Amino acid sequence: MGIKIKSMKQSDFKDNETLELFKETGGNILLTTVDDVINWGRSNSLWPLTFATSCCGIEMMAAGAARHDFARFGFEVYRASPRQADLIVVAGTIVRKMAPVLKRLYDQIADPKYVIAMGACAVSGGPFFYNTYSVIRGVEHVIPVDVYIPGCPPRPEALLYGVMQLQRKVKSESIMNMRDYDREHLEGTIPPKYKLNDSQSE
Amino acid sequence: MSNEELKQFILTIVPKAEFTESKELLTVSIPKENLKKLVKALKDSAETTFDYLFNLTGVDYADHMTVVYHLESTRYHHCVVIKAQIPGRDDVSIETISDIYKTADFHEREVYDFFGITFKNHPDMRRIFLDEIAPDIGHPLRKDYVDEINIIER
Repeated sequence: MGIKIKSMKQSDFKDNETLELFKETGGNILLTTVDDVINWGRSNSLWPLTFATSCCGIEMMAAGAARHDFARFGFEVYRASPRQADLIVVAGTIVRKMAPVLKRLYDQIADPKYVIAMGACAVSGGPFFYNTYSVIRGVEHVIPVDVYIPGCPPRPEALLYGVMQLQRKVKSESIMNMRDYDREHLEGTIPPKYKLNDSQSE
Repeated sequence: MSNEELKQFILTIVPKAEFTESKELLTVSIPKENLKKLVKALKDSAETTFDYLFNLTGVDYADHMTVVYHLESTRYHHCVVIKAQIPGRDDVSIETISDIYKTADFHEREVYDFFGITFKNHPDMRRIFLDEIAPDIGHPLRKDYVDEINIIER
């Protein structure tokens, strides 16, 4: 098996085992074909929300601009409304005052929706981890995160790598086993589907 | 006016004023009781005309608190920094200057929000930013601020 994304060779991904484990095997040929078609469509038209809170936003803009141009890979246009977006790239520090705003934006995005934590601040609080009363230490305290991109800030190439990992993740989904966003919200940030069971971890 | 002339002018109003050498801006340290008198004189006097308050902030020096005022004249383009010294650190207060400069209204609320310095006779002495985070957050820029839940010390 294996998930193919158009933009990158399988051997170029650094961890070729983990994401593929999420791909549910089985099901009849009709369902898997439908999955393939849906996932092909979803993964190649992930539209990010125009949302950036600090310097990572500049790198995100660079990734969207002519030189790096992540529209090539289907991250076509930044959408100014969460109603039209599929993805939030959390580019920058989230403070306690910003957190409810971010949460509301996430809730307003229609399912299926994805979150990339870009940069040290969104991953863990980064340089603002210590001695601050206002910074959220990692955006996963507010909304569930699909892909983490380290760096301070990550270069556009790193963001491209991250969005391709997200494409792989999208391609591992199945309509038989949809993510339940409401339950994720209630039970925590890791979707139950993505917890490896015994047979998968062997 | 040159810095030296400003110095003489300030000394006529506040004889107790202390000046510190600074590369660019004339800096004057005064007791908090003299603040309003000095600011009013600097604004109203024709040869100084400090009509623009471009910064107002607070400092916590652990044993005392300070409120810093940056004034500029848009006519003569000279600047002065006034540091009003407030002894002690509990229940610190200073007279407002929001009736002289309207912009001081929000600045003073910000200083109150972060340092807990109250401004007497201020028209609306409430918090300005932090009440949206948590109403009981305290004054986080004070040296003695403790928050065991949200702050990881290092």
